[in-house]
Amino acid sequence: MSESATSPVLALRGIGRTYHSGEVEVAALADVDLTIEANEYVSVVGPSGSGKSTLLNVLGLLDRPTAGSYHFEGVEVADLDEVQRTAVRGRRIGFVFQSFHLLSHRTVMENVSLSMLYTGVPQGEREERALAALDAVELSHRASFTPTRLSGGERQRVAIARAIVAEPALLLADEPTGNLDSHTSDAILALFDRLRALGLTIVMITHDLNVAHRADRSVRIHDGRLADVVRT
Amino acid sequence: MKPTRLEWRDLIVESIAGLASRPARTVLTVLGTVLGISALVATVGIAQTAGNQIVGAFSELEATSVTVSNSGGFWGGGPQQAFPQDVEDRIGRLNGVVAVGAMGPVNVNGALASAVKLDDPLARNEFQIDVIAATPGILDAVKGELTMGRWFDAGHDARADNVVVLGPGAAEALNIFRVDQQPVIFLDEDPYVVMGILGNVKRQPSLLNAIIMPDGTARRDYGYESADTVQIDVSLGASALIAEQAPIALHPADPKVFTVRKPPSADSLRNRVEGDVNALFLILGGVSLLVGAIGIANVTLVSVLERVGEIGLRRAVGARRRHIAAQFLVESTTMGAAGGILGATVGILIIVILAASREWTPVLAPWIPLGAPMLGAITGLVAGLYPSLRAAALEPVEALRSGT
Ligand SMILES: Nc1ncnc2c1ncn2[C@@H]1O[C@H](COP(=O)(O)OP(=O)(O)OP(=O)(O)O)[C@@H](O)[C@H]1O
Ligand SMILES: [Mg+2]
Repeated sequence: MSESATSPVLALRGIGRTYHSGEVEVAALADVDLTIEANEYVSVVGPSGSGKSTLLNVLGLLDRPTAGSYHFEGVEVADLDEVQRTAVRGRRIGFVFQSFHLLSHRTVMENVSLSMLYTGVPQGEREERALAALDAVELSHRASFTPTRLSGGERQRVAIARAIVAEPALLLADEPTGNLDSHTSDAILALFDRLRALGLTIVMITHDLNVAHRADRSVRIHDGRLADVVRT
Repeated sequence: MKPTRLEWRDLIVESIAGLASRPARTVLTVLGTVLGISALVATVGIAQTAGNQIVGAFSELEATSVTVSNSGGFWGGGPQQAFPQDVEDRIGRLNGVVAVGAMGPVNVNGALASAVKLDDPLARNEFQIDVIAATPGILDAVKGELTMGRWFDAGHDARADNVVVLGPGAAEALNIFRVDQQPVIFLDEDPYVVMGILGNVKRQPSLLNAIIMPDGTARRDYGYESADTVQIDVSLGASALIAEQAPIALHPADPKVFTVRKPPSADSLRNRVEGDVNALFLILGGVSLLVGAIGIANVTLVSVLERVGEIGLRRAVGARRRHIAAQFLVESTTMGAAGGILGATVGILIIVILAASREWTPVLAPWIPLGAPMLGAITGLVAGLYPSLRAAALEPVEALRSGT
């Protein structure tokens, strides 16, 4: 499916996403072109309501665009049925949500293992791999805690461990530092740098320009349009 | 790309974890099903236990009694067909017969009975007492007991000896309480030696107030022609067979002239009793189970709505719609099955305690301890259908947005 090392991980052509609320049509995304190469680190910046989350949901196959074409690892996503989209989502894409989305009644270990539940990782390998992922975010000593006993930064690192444990090609992060103080944010960004060095492709949403500049390049979005591309 | 999948083991673990994360709610939800199932199990069990008890008491006596009579049936009239004299031989040969005897009223032409022949004709010491002729086997056939003396045997019968046995009512009327000095009673002028006094009979209570004389004696003295009743004591389970064979043995040419009375089959009696007890309480149990099911459905739906964010997350990490549905279905089914197991246990306890307090034997069909958890599980499964479909229908984006 990935044709060669140089083919892009994803390519959007003329992507639109329109919401209908009653009579009113809201174009959350309009005519978006975007290509992201393997092992690229891209940040998406824009004001609130500009369509950043909508873009991320489309990229992550959580949402279907209403126009345009989207190739993920060389495959036209529009041709996939729901089961196949779910498979791509589960196996090839890792998500880090702004609000963590951790299961508060389950341990850190169980939360991280959740990404391996549906992707066919054998029972016996899961604990080892979850521990390795927790090691990568320096939280293996918290494996038996429940998220309620963790700080905000620790919770975000658990969420990142969960996103990378199934070894996805693409990491999608929606405001991963939005809820964190600057010191903790730096730790998370340093972690992204390390993951990037390990070969991961990263798309990160942020409204903080300082954070955005940690990426290879930044994409600015305004009213659903990619307004310009800033090379850093 | 290969579709994602969910192993059974993981499905169970996730579902149990879901239930365990809200233990108080889970327990309260299960209680509804426990109530319903225990009511059902106790109802069926009590009905079976009581039914068995009634049938048990009944069968001791009734299930082993077969009678053949030759009177004109319900409308009266004389004997249609005399019984042969060798009734005991003919019937006794049949397999399953424990005891047999024939008996019938003797027409003594108004002769009065008296204990001692007094010379004073003014004293009222003579009584109108029924006289019954019987073959020797009748004592065992009616499960009778003597309080004293002996019962007449085939020899007395064959010789037509002037002997009688008194029913307790007749003995009291005639003022005879001992037989060791061979007291004599009179029917008009004819003397008969009292051999014994009857204590009780389990069948044919007319014997209790009668003067009973050997068949042969009645034939000689009163022109007695035939018994009107043949009483047969059969072994358990043989009643239907004997009821069919006895009339043939007695009169092969036309067995239908006799009226045969046999006990109703124990099964049909048991079913009748169970049916009566069951109907009302089964409805009660069913209603409680329905309430339990609604409880499970409601709680599972609440749980789905509370966990919208979790559902979105699972969809994001590869869960298919069917995996989401399966998780909530297993949760509701587990609650139902747990309710079924607990309910069956409580129900069986109720039956055992109730049976013990009445000194009954607790009876329970073997499918109940197995079927009750199944019924509970099915209840949970059905109750979980709608909430599970709701959960599966959620779009991942919407779920992630609205859930936390
Ligand atoms: N389900 C929906 N129905 C209708 N309109 C929607 C829906 N989701 C998003 N929108 C609209 O689409 C536009 C883009 O929303 P989006 O969530 O992508 O913004 P955002 O850039 O992520 O904002 P924020 O920085 O506040 O998270 C907004 O105007 C929003 O109101
Ligand atoms: Mg957003």
